[in-house]
Amino acid sequence: MFNKEIESMPVDKMKELQLERLKWSIRHAYDNVPFYKKKFEAAGFHPDQFKSLDDMKRVPFLTKQDMRDNYPYGLFAVPLNKVVRVHASSGTTGNATVVGYTKNDVNVFAEVVARSLVSYGVSENDVVQIAYGYGLFTGGLGLHYGSEKLGALTVPMSGGNTPRQLMLMQDFGTTVFCSTPSYALNIADFIEKNMPDFKIESTKLRIGVFGAEPWTEEMRAEIEQRLKIDAYDIYGLSEVIGPGVSAECKEKNGLHVFEDHFYVEIIDPDTGEVLPEGEKGEIVYTSLTKEAFPGIRYRSRDITRLYHDGCSCGRTLVKMDKVTGRSDDMLIIRGVNVFPSQIESVLMGFEGTEPHYQIVVDRKGSMDDIEVMVEVNEKIFSDEIKVMNNLSKNIADRFRSSLGISAKITLVEPQTIPRSEGKAVRVVDKRKGEA
Amino acid sequence: MNVTQLSAFVTNKPGHLQKVLKVLADENINIITLTIAETMDFGILRMIVNDPDKGYKVLKEHNITSSITDVLALEIDDTPGSLYNALDVFAKLNLNIEYMYAFTEKREGKAVMIFRFEDIDSAKKALSDKGYNIVRKIDIIGENK
Repeated sequence: MFNKEIESMPVDKMKELQLERLKWSIRHAYDNVPFYKKKFEAAGFHPDQFKSLDDMKRVPFLTKQDMRDNYPYGLFAVPLNKVVRVHASSGTTGNATVVGYTKNDVNVFAEVVARSLVSYGVSENDVVQIAYGYGLFTGGLGLHYGSEKLGALTVPMSGGNTPRQLMLMQDFGTTVFCSTPSYALNIADFIEKNMPDFKIESTKLRIGVFGAEPWTEEMRAEIEQRLKIDAYDIYGLSEVIGPGVSAECKEKNGLHVFEDHFYVEIIDPDTGEVLPEGEKGEIVYTSLTKEAFPGIRYRSRDITRLYHDGCSCGRTLVKMDKVTGRSDDMLIIRGVNVFPSQIESVLMGFEGTEPHYQIVVDRKGSMDDIEVMVEVNEKIFSDEIKVMNNLSKNIADRFRSSLGISAKITLVEPQTIPRSEGKAVRVVDKRKGEA
Repeated sequence: MNVTQLSAFVTNKPGHLQKVLKVLADENINIITLTIAETMDFGILRMIVNDPDKGYKVLKEHNITSSITDVLALEIDDTPGSLYNALDVFAKLNLNIEYMYAFTEKREGKAVMIFRFEDIDSAKKALSDKGYNIVRKIDIIGENK
């Protein structure tokens, strides 16, 4: 364990620590962010009334929309000269959400990522190649600081450029690879297709750290088998801190939440009522130590459950199930849960595609039908039909193996897919209204 | 100098091909011959034009996905069996033809075939060795372009 005292703290003691920190965090938000003060007052809640964990249910929720409405700095609780970094979401469906970090916050972020890495068995002797995008997205820099904090040799490769990823993997003796799970599968595909002489066994790769999109146990099995590694889930969201909110341990069965920094509750997404431990619902986060961007009862829309199972790894931290669903943008296609982000990752893996795509879900008879339209840009265009047909076929194969669904791939001309505010409309669900 | 082919990606729906042709017409680009390979959803329009570089540029400006490729233009006798004999050269050398099409008009009493190869140089060499006349860019589109 990276922080044994915290990670194996008796549950009662952790609750005491949480209560103490919650009092500070709620007060901090109320005193320094006019938005929280107004919201608390409107709900008839005052920080002085907060005496026990049970009082949490009186604190109003924070939503993604609140964050958008306060773009860019409206929810910061410290003066900008104390903020040393910002990250932001893409803003696909509205204003971007901007999150800020003080020096302390950056340290906490690095600490929770370091703890995650240690729980997978990573140590300072490892060479950690980070293939998450570096930039406004929390993945790249988040893993980077955590890996450095642990003292591992950190390779800031960033995303894309598969041949170079593989070259570095071999030349630098990479032992730990961090990326989205679908990118890992794309690497496996790339090796199979383009580098028949490349033996994954000849590299020193042993551990994969995957996150930033929901993935299934089937994908884990496929990644582990094809890349000959142990694949672990790292979970997080930028609104809370980034990757490292929770992490799997060697058990690969649930993720331990670093609950000395993040207080978690499960609520009924319809009523907002807090559910008892073990029940499935929407997970809600409250930051306990964050200075720049406190988040008080943030509704994540992620569906999971919380439980203590006396984990064999020795961590006493509460566990959450691997998140496989969000309550808002998930599509259920022939009983399979599919997220637009997963579809995006499938397409991103195709060299040269920064594709505009649109998913059209329709019902033909009693069957759901999924069509993915992909705009053909110059990088993927060929004058040969067989090359174009192969492209469609490869995309369809990738869909089948990573999402478990058959999709019809339709290649279309540029500018065919309608755009709103410059971004493509990603999903059209024609089934709506008849279900 | 190889003959250059201009190709464009066209959705297989009414009006889409016309849009490409309008761009070329507006820019005064003449199509010397063309062929379309079609699928259910899209077609690939392949053309020999008088100014492929300009054609590529203007299609790109109009957001039409396009490319330029070297192809082999071969002059053969306009008689039964001539094409068979030419293909025999490729078959014997195991050179796969990706696709082929013909000029719409006879040139000086001869037919001209366009071939697309992965390995255009081997195909050219094989034909030259057999005494075939490979049509050059200059023969088709003239000195000035």
